[in-house]
Amino acid sequence: MELILSTLINGLSLGGIYAMIALGYTMVYGIAKMLNFAHGDIIMVGGYVIYVFMATKNPLLAVVMAVIFCVLLGIVIEKVAYKPLRGASPLAVLITAIGVSYLLQSLAQIIFGSANKMVTVYDFGSISFLGVTVQVSALVTLACTIVVMLALTLFVKCTRVGRAMIAVSEDKGAAQLMGINVNGIITITFAIGSALAALAGLFYLLKAPTISSTLGAMPGIKAFTAAVIGGIGSIPGAMLGGILLGMVECISYKITAIAPYTDAIEFSILIIILLVRPTGFLGKKRREKV
Amino acid sequence: MAMLEVKDLEVYYGVICALKGISFEVNQGEIVTLIGANGAGKTTTMQSVVGLIPSKAGSVTFDGHDITKTPCHKIVHLGMTQVPEGRRIFQELTVYENLLMGAYSMKDQSGFKNDIDAIYTRFPRLAERRNQIAGTLSGGEQQMLAMGRAIMSHPKLLMLDEPSMGLSPLLVDQVFEIIKDINKDGTTILLVEQNAGKSLAISDRAYVLENGQIVLSGTGKELAASEMVRKAYLGG
Repeated sequence: MELILSTLINGLSLGGIYAMIALGYTMVYGIAKMLNFAHGDIIMVGGYVIYVFMATKNPLLAVVMAVIFCVLLGIVIEKVAYKPLRGASPLAVLITAIGVSYLLQSLAQIIFGSANKMVTVYDFGSISFLGVTVQVSALVTLACTIVVMLALTLFVKCTRVGRAMIAVSEDKGAAQLMGINVNGIITITFAIGSALAALAGLFYLLKAPTISSTLGAMPGIKAFTAAVIGGIGSIPGAMLGGILLGMVECISYKITAIAPYTDAIEFSILIIILLVRPTGFLGKKRREKV
Repeated sequence: MAMLEVKDLEVYYGVICALKGISFEVNQGEIVTLIGANGAGKTTTMQSVVGLIPSKAGSVTFDGHDITKTPCHKIVHLGMTQVPEGRRIFQELTVYENLLMGAYSMKDQSGFKNDIDAIYTRFPRLAERRNQIAGTLSGGEQQMLAMGRAIMSHPKLLMLDEPSMGLSPLLVDQVFEIIKDINKDGTTILLVEQNAGKSLAISDRAYVLENGQIVLSGTGKELAASEMVRKAYLGG
């Protein structure tokens, strides 16, 4: 019972982080029709910004600065690297995104060195209830991700800009005929995705207080997997896929016999789901326009 | 002065020349039709005028503004919009949300309630289905929605690209009635149609487009009576 409860909390909390990162992938894919493989590295950049500003001993300031910096970085990357490639072949955009990913990792290594850095953002400690001891940070992460996901869902459904995002993801041309500035919407999408990635960086540091230039690589790939499992382009799909993957990962870690194969299990799930449902759980079949 | 003036417009798809320098104009209050066969360049003309595809040469002036190089969304804010070919309503949004998108360019949202009521009065079917997902509407209903969505932005010039395509004869008549109605309310209309007979009947003036060139122009009546139009577009 205790084991189930603690695994549930840890799984949901990790899943929440994956979901937040996956939202960035899926929104950018839905709206700009590109896979932003540099998205995971924004997490790492967010982590380093927190590291730098923790010199002030003010965790809140550090987090706010990380979000601001990552939002600006996301917008700059889109303008400099991706916007000139609008209309280019998807392969060119994909390779550019991978290039941006390596660029960010290399820059981080040049600036901060290749050794891991320790960053203790805030020590929430742990609490015990019903005989279970859990890290409070896991609960905080879970609560934050729920709030962020609800806020994002409301934003997309109920605001003018949110509806414009749906319109652009469905039909760019028709959206322009409504007077929607498609480039502006793409910029906003990158900004939101980067802000979520910065928060994911914070949650990673709460989970394990070390940072290196590759911090974002594995979570990035996992979250991308989550986005594909949920159905890329679908916001609820990213949330579902993220939570699912987080749960699988935590459960797998708890079972000694299969713990070493956790990553393999997660990616196998991706392969199986893609075989059975090529569009993911909540993805739509793309109707090809004639 | 013409409300819309297109001069020597040339559009290329790669090396293929789709529009070989066409010129036409639409005056305030008119219904003007471009007729032509498949591939004549009608949709290309419409999309180029509204800024969805770039032109290589020529100019487009709308309401005193040179909009040749203006991006589409800014043109819409100037008061021109289009019901695109194939309707292209937002399938995943409800009827109501589609109409809401239509009003996206309105700075002043205070008239929204009245506007949407006016649409529901004009298209009772949309009122019945206001909370339905638009992708589940029939073709005719989708066309009504596409037209309703377009007039939500109070365009000075409304362009309609093949509004009768794929509709039953009864609905086709209805669509042309609605176009006449919208025009009576003061909206200038530029229409592209394969249904030459019906569109010429409601048009003040019309142009015939062939292989990316305008080959004939005149009043709707003149063209409907012309030998060449009768042979090519009215089935003798």
